[in-house]
Amino acid sequence: MEDAKRNLFAGCAVPLRGNDIDTDRIIPARYLRTVVFDGLGEHVFEDDRAQLKASGQVHPFDNPAYQGAQVLLVNQNFGCGSSREHAPQAIMRWGVRIIVGETFAEIFYGNCAAIGVPCCRVAPDVAKSLLAAVEAEPRVVIRVSLHDKSITLGGKTYAFDMPDGVRQQFLTGRWDSTAELLEATDQIRGRAKTLGYFMSFAV
Amino acid sequence: MTMAQTLYEKVFDKHVVRQLPSGQSQLLMGLHLLHEVTSPQAFAMIRERKLSVMFPERTFATVDHIVPTHTKLRPYQDAIAEEMLQSLEKSVQDFGIRFFSPAANENGVVHIIGPERGLTQPGMTICCGDSHTATHGAFGALAFGIGTSQIRDVLATQTLAMEKLKVRRIEVNGKLRPGVYAKDVILYLIQRLGVNGGVGFAYEYAGDLFDRFTMDERMTVCNMSIEGGARCGYVNPDQTTYDYLKGREYAPKGAAWQRAVAYWDGVKSDPGAKYDDVVRIKAEDIPPVVTWGITPAQSVAIDGAIPAVDAFAASERDSVREAYAYMDFAPGQPIAGTKIDVAFIGSCTNGRLSDFEEVVKVLRAGKHKVQAHVRALVVPGSEQVRKDMLARGWDKVFAEAGFLFREAGCSMCLAMNPDKLKGREICASSSNRNFKGRQGSPQGRTLLMSPLMVAAAAVTGQVADARKVFGIG
Repeated sequence: MEDAKRNLFAGCAVPLRGNDIDTDRIIPARYLRTVVFDGLGEHVFEDDRAQLKASGQVHPFDNPAYQGAQVLLVNQNFGCGSSREHAPQAIMRWGVRIIVGETFAEIFYGNCAAIGVPCCRVAPDVAKSLLAAVEAEPRVVIRVSLHDKSITLGGKTYAFDMPDGVRQQFLTGRWDSTAELLEATDQIRGRAKTLGYFMSFAV
Repeated sequence: MTMAQTLYEKVFDKHVVRQLPSGQSQLLMGLHLLHEVTSPQAFAMIRERKLSVMFPERTFATVDHIVPTHTKLRPYQDAIAEEMLQSLEKSVQDFGIRFFSPAANENGVVHIIGPERGLTQPGMTICCGDSHTATHGAFGALAFGIGTSQIRDVLATQTLAMEKLKVRRIEVNGKLRPGVYAKDVILYLIQRLGVNGGVGFAYEYAGDLFDRFTMDERMTVCNMSIEGGARCGYVNPDQTTYDYLKGREYAPKGAAWQRAVAYWDGVKSDPGAKYDDVVRIKAEDIPPVVTWGITPAQSVAIDGAIPAVDAFAASERDSVREAYAYMDFAPGQPIAGTKIDVAFIGSCTNGRLSDFEEVVKVLRAGKHKVQAHVRALVVPGSEQVRKDMLARGWDKVFAEAGFLFREAGCSMCLAMNPDKLKGREICASSSNRNFKGRQGSPQGRTLLMSPLMVAAAAVTGQVADARKVFGIG
């Protein structure tokens, strides 16, 4: 079984510029007509990719130079909009293991954490440097250490931000939360008994 | 004496099960709502791990995203939609979950069903695999949109791992001008605060405008909190809330009602509570608002023009240029007069009885007809809303004006059922998102506005000031 611990990442990156890229764009709603997550990877950014292709341009996810990338580089408010976990699932199933960007929408951030994909927040100038470096040299290897909260590229090291709680979940491999939440079954029932509405305010 | 607290802090604290090693809180969820799109994989994981549903009696389901609105006939023509509904039917049966089903004519948009059944109550924590769960905050509940892995967690444990948010109080005082609605208020707030202005915050909507607002109006505003980046939004409960709840199916009755009101009164934000941020808005400053771009913050007053790129912060300019190109709008162009192809009134934002009532009032005289080139849809938010409309004869008012009166569902708000835009069509829509491709055509264009403004667009064939079209104010 795959080790759940997440610490060191090393691989090529795919740069995706733009603020407010919403989850409808990441995975168009027609692909939510499914009862599984399988096969979503091939439809990631499908409409954006088709539109660029039609206008003679190449979407980074179609660019041969970025195939096999494991790191996704983004700008601000990435993953806003719909709560669909299908969005991070599609990105992960395309091959991305970790996302680095300026800011992330909260539900998207939580959905990524729940499936073991860390999202690292960097300052705007760091995002700018990383995007430019990867566009200049697509096969350059980016190294991320969750333990050191650092990103290394081309001899330079940058800091990123991640709440310690989330970072510890990745480092210890406890990001799949069900088992941990289940440990407190008695306390859950106990807490419910203190809330009148759980008993229809009968007492 | 305890410190003055916000509703957010009080309700959060009452639901903490324990602190997790990660520093997050394990938070008990009082109400779990399910729909067919985001839950099947969660049920699959529950089965795979041989887990059970811990509180089936606090879990409720309906079907809304995929249902066709032109027919109730089963099996659905779309075999995948049929499979999704069957999957939910099996899960609710296997796990003993109350299902508001199409077969019993009880279905509707999940965020309309919760309130109308009296399930949504003050002082609760509520979650649903849907970002518009924020709607339920109108009752003074903490309501969160969650992903599928979290649905699995809530099914199995009735809890979520959560961090405490900051609280921003948004105070709107004064009177709205005639022809300005709750939808305009939230679009204006998003324009002012930005689509990511709310990240890290819960929004507390307050001020005398919200005190006077009906529950339907409060729901419209809370619904779109997520469009402003806020994880949830709420209004403190008051007599308006209690009057709405009294007598509803799942609302407490008799002596239980008194105990419930005592609890509800107790969770209101205390006078003197500390907020992380306060924003004050004058209601008089809010115009009828129409979005022109590809995020809900890219909007203008109905008598305004598409703004120039230099009106925006440097970091937003690329997105603004992208919006001009996608929408095929030029800066300086007035928004009024934009020709539309489709008009849609419905959704969890504006699919309640009072939303349709505003439109019926102006259509009843029979003077206004939908323009021949416009496809206009009226989609009740739930079967109950639909029944109430039929009982009042509103289906006929809409039909005579040239609107298609449909079955309940999410319909045109998103592209998961047969109601979709085609090609580069422009839709005047009372829904909540104008993202690229949102309404089902990868090139389709959405202009968000209030239901009355959608009606004005439908009967004139173009974006128009409803106040002038219908002689309001």
